[in-house]
Amino acid sequence: MKMNRRQILMLMPAAAIAWESILAGTPEEAPNYKMSEHWWSMLIDISKCIGCGNCVRACAAENKVPAGHFRTWVERYHVDDENMTEPQVISPNGGFDGFPAATEDTGKYFYVPKLCNQCADSPCTQVCPVGATFISPDGVVMVDRKYCLGCAYCVQACPYGCRYIHPELEVADKCDLCYHRITKGLTTACCENCPTGARQLADLKDPKDPIHEFLRTHNVQVLKPQMATGAKVFYNDLDGSVR
Amino acid sequence: MSSFKNTGHLFRFAGLFVLAFLIFLGVRGFVVPKSFGQYGHYRGNAIVDDAARPMFYAGHQACETCHADIAATKASGAHAHVNCEACHGPQAIHALADDPTAHIPVKPDSATLCIRCHAKTLAKPKNFPQVDGDHSQGMACITCHTNPHSPAMDTAAKGGAK
Amino acid sequence: MNGVEGFMYPNEIALQWSVLIVLYPYITGLVAGAFILASLVRIFRVEAVRPTYRLALLTALSFLLVAPLPLQFHLGHPERSFEMYFTPHSTSAMAMFGYVYLWYLMAVLVFELWLDYRAEIVQRAQSTKGLLGLLYKAMTLGNYNISHEALELDEKIGWIVTLIGIPSAFMLHGYVGFIFGSIKANPWWSSPLMPIVFIFSAMVSGIAAVMLIYMATTKMRGLKIDVACVDAIAMYLFYTFIIDFALESLDLIHRIYEADESFRSLDFMVHTKLYIPHIVIQILLGTLTPLVLLAITQLVKLPERLRKRLYVIAGSLIMIGVFAMRWNVVIGGQLFSKSFLGYTTYKMHLISKEGLLVSAGLMLLPLAILYVLVRILPPWHEGENQVLAEGAK
Repeated sequence: MKMNRRQILMLMPAAAIAWESILAGTPEEAPNYKMSEHWWSMLIDISKCIGCGNCVRACAAENKVPAGHFRTWVERYHVDDENMTEPQVISPNGGFDGFPAATEDTGKYFYVPKLCNQCADSPCTQVCPVGATFISPDGVVMVDRKYCLGCAYCVQACPYGCRYIHPELEVADKCDLCYHRITKGLTTACCENCPTGARQLADLKDPKDPIHEFLRTHNVQVLKPQMATGAKVFYNDLDGSVR
Repeated sequence: MSSFKNTGHLFRFAGLFVLAFLIFLGVRGFVVPKSFGQYGHYRGNAIVDDAARPMFYAGHQACETCHADIAATKASGAHAHVNCEACHGPQAIHALADDPTAHIPVKPDSATLCIRCHAKTLAKPKNFPQVDGDHSQGMACITCHTNPHSPAMDTAAKGGAK
Repeated sequence: MNGVEGFMYPNEIALQWSVLIVLYPYITGLVAGAFILASLVRIFRVEAVRPTYRLALLTALSFLLVAPLPLQFHLGHPERSFEMYFTPHSTSAMAMFGYVYLWYLMAVLVFELWLDYRAEIVQRAQSTKGLLGLLYKAMTLGNYNISHEALELDEKIGWIVTLIGIPSAFMLHGYVGFIFGSIKANPWWSSPLMPIVFIFSAMVSGIAAVMLIYMATTKMRGLKIDVACVDAIAMYLFYTFIIDFALESLDLIHRIYEADESFRSLDFMVHTKLYIPHIVIQILLGTLTPLVLLAITQLVKLPERLRKRLYVIAGSLIMIGVFAMRWNVVIGGQLFSKSFLGYTTYKMHLISKEGLLVSAGLMLLPLAILYVLVRILPPWHEGENQVLAEGAK
């Protein structure tokens, strides 16, 4: 069988997984993506984020995100000890061009990368009138571009502001955890391009995923837990002022 | 049954309803996509559509199959966990091409690239290496940090920068 | 920049729901309100308002036909809207609304109108020539039985339909309220009172609308306005309005007293960006003023002319006030960030798919439809129709 370079490379990530399985003595678990074997999530380590905006740019390039809209973005918080509940937040162009230098040497600063929380009880899929947005069997909240009406009800229902109406396609759009990548054994564009490892794609159904150890040993939080959306993007070291 | 004698018009109205309903069912069977309901209340093939989108970032695994030497250099340095495309940009066009030499990536300009991460600001974690504007005195970063894949100071070029 | 103050999530800066989505609950509310007024005659036997019975039903129908249009104009893909009927998502209030709408249109309004007009339709089918005659013939569904027994049966069935129609009207507009009230992500909307407030404000606006249309059409036909009729309508309008006002106040007081995490942000919004539409137009001009005017007509014995004038002023203010209420719910609910840290601005275009001109057109369209409907199915009994109508009773 003769394969060209492209085919070999396309197969390569799958082969890497296969190799891991072979090493682990379980070659039958190899390739061929099965949805029932995954439950995707993401881990974000606030203490590692430097606000470079690489994730925002990578996401925009990988997913052709229209200018002014964001599947992922980064916010910079400035919290003063005198007013813990009223943080000053900026996110110029979603952090796409990075952030201006912080000058006020009071309180604390930190960056909060945001993306769709891939909620297990997602309010956005609940309100979709036609079933154009849904939770896939492997736990990714997706939009069916061929079926969406563009009514924007889901945009209203998302407590995190993760959705937008695509100005050209006129359908709802949002982060789908780079589904075209993760089903081929790659990580998301944002995780691939995060220079500090502040973002890690995680598979909650994979017992070998380091996320399990991390969740057991760290103070991890989700955004707006009072919304009870079953959010699956976990934040390490999240400050209480973040909303 | 005399009580039914005067209900003819009502049955006609009801008949309209039934007719409309039957037409509705007929059209519905024809219009609803075949894969709708395969996994839940949505078009099952939407998942296939989504998974089939084109990639722009090849992933460091693809880079490392050919550029094993650079991967080795990187592995021992401060940039060990910085993936290739984080600096070089999306390279699927290069890495997944039948002839990668047809799409040679443009070398990033260190004068603008490095500060995206290393510009000094109070907002960054304190332990992260940061430099302010005076640091390079206008020189490009690679003047001193000659190997960006393992950016330790090149002692031979030690001069201007602190 | 972009009219943003403070911090908005970057995807929140542009509003998703425009003035068209303001029109949608407004128009639907008019339908529900007009129908409730009609049911006063049929179910509650309020004979004084009988002159408005058919007019109210026709008004309801004209507005109901237009109600889905603002949604269609707003959709990114209106050609896909049929999916809402073919694959309705059972957990979506919006999907269920589609079915409630169809039910209300066909099973309630059209059926009731058809039963009520059948005798005249048959008469006209036999006497009218040409295209219009064909239309009447089609409307008879090929059955010309207008015997006394048949019409008596129609009257009974009509009563049952109206009885079903009242909860249906409540459901129709309650669902609109639920579409907003069930969004937990938005504290300005999320309230179990929302559907109820919507229903009562709908009744207020619908009753006011029919009252104004009745007065206007009677004037245009050069006839004398039935003062006993408008007095009765104004009385019901006043009492419904008091309930509506009490409910809206309850909602407001509850929010202020509870002062949850969103309160500071919403309070600031009401005192700045929403000050004119909310405090001035909705509360002062659209609620308190007409309430006082109506109260005066109820408490003081005023001369007829003055009473009628006050009704017109109060009715018009109510129409504006209820529109402002819809505006404040729909637009207001999108002006603040869900981070509670900032505010954006709504810019309405003059000429665009969701602009001012389209909205104005959609608001006038029901009146045009009503004009045509009144031509085809005159709601008032004159000449020979008078006799027929008497016979139908």
